Amino acid sequence: MAEDILQKIKNDVTSNKVILYMKGTKALPQCGFSARVVDILNRHGVGYETRNVLADPELREAIKRFSNWPTLPQLYVNGSFVGGCDIVTEMDQKGELAPLLKQ
Amino acid sequence: MRKEDIQRKIQAALPDATVELRDLTGGGDHWEATVVSRAFEGKGVVEQHRLVYAALAEEMRGPIHALTLKTSTPARVPGKG
Repeated sequence: MAEDILQKIKNDVTSNKVILYMKGTKALPQCGFSARVVDILNRHGVGYETRNVLADPELREAIKRFSNWPTLPQLYVNGSFVGGCDIVTEMDQKGELAPLLKQ
Repeated sequence: MRKEDIQRKIQAALPDATVELRDLTGGGDHWEATVVSRAFEGKGVVEQHRLVYAALAEEMRGPIHALTLKTSTPARVPGKG
């Protein structure tokens, strides 16, 4: 796999405070798990970027390698991998997501 | 994918693990797994989930389309700790 796409991901996650790699778009998620994380982020009222892996097969594979995480969606905050749908949902329910998003 | 096969794969990687599996759609490709193991002690939730995903690396690329994970250590089983 080309290393430049991993570098591009690294640039993306460090230059965007909150970024979600997902299936589909904010307006039209193509997967229930991606839709749930979009709902959670919308409810927190934070600005965030998204990348649609369905539109970019190379990105879809590269992001899994970048994070050593085999599923989508994937949320990154302040350059760090936070987790997928299960972890984001659990953090939200425990009240741990809000402080992270405000950092 | 059969429940017993998923369970066996997880326990091959985490021998002390108790694994509860729920087929979310009845189709054998969307699963919810509750895994309790001492291997998770001292690890964050991302690392805990990585251990389970690693045990199922091959299946995650094929027969398992979605896997909802709940992980905990024996002392902190949800609802019992």
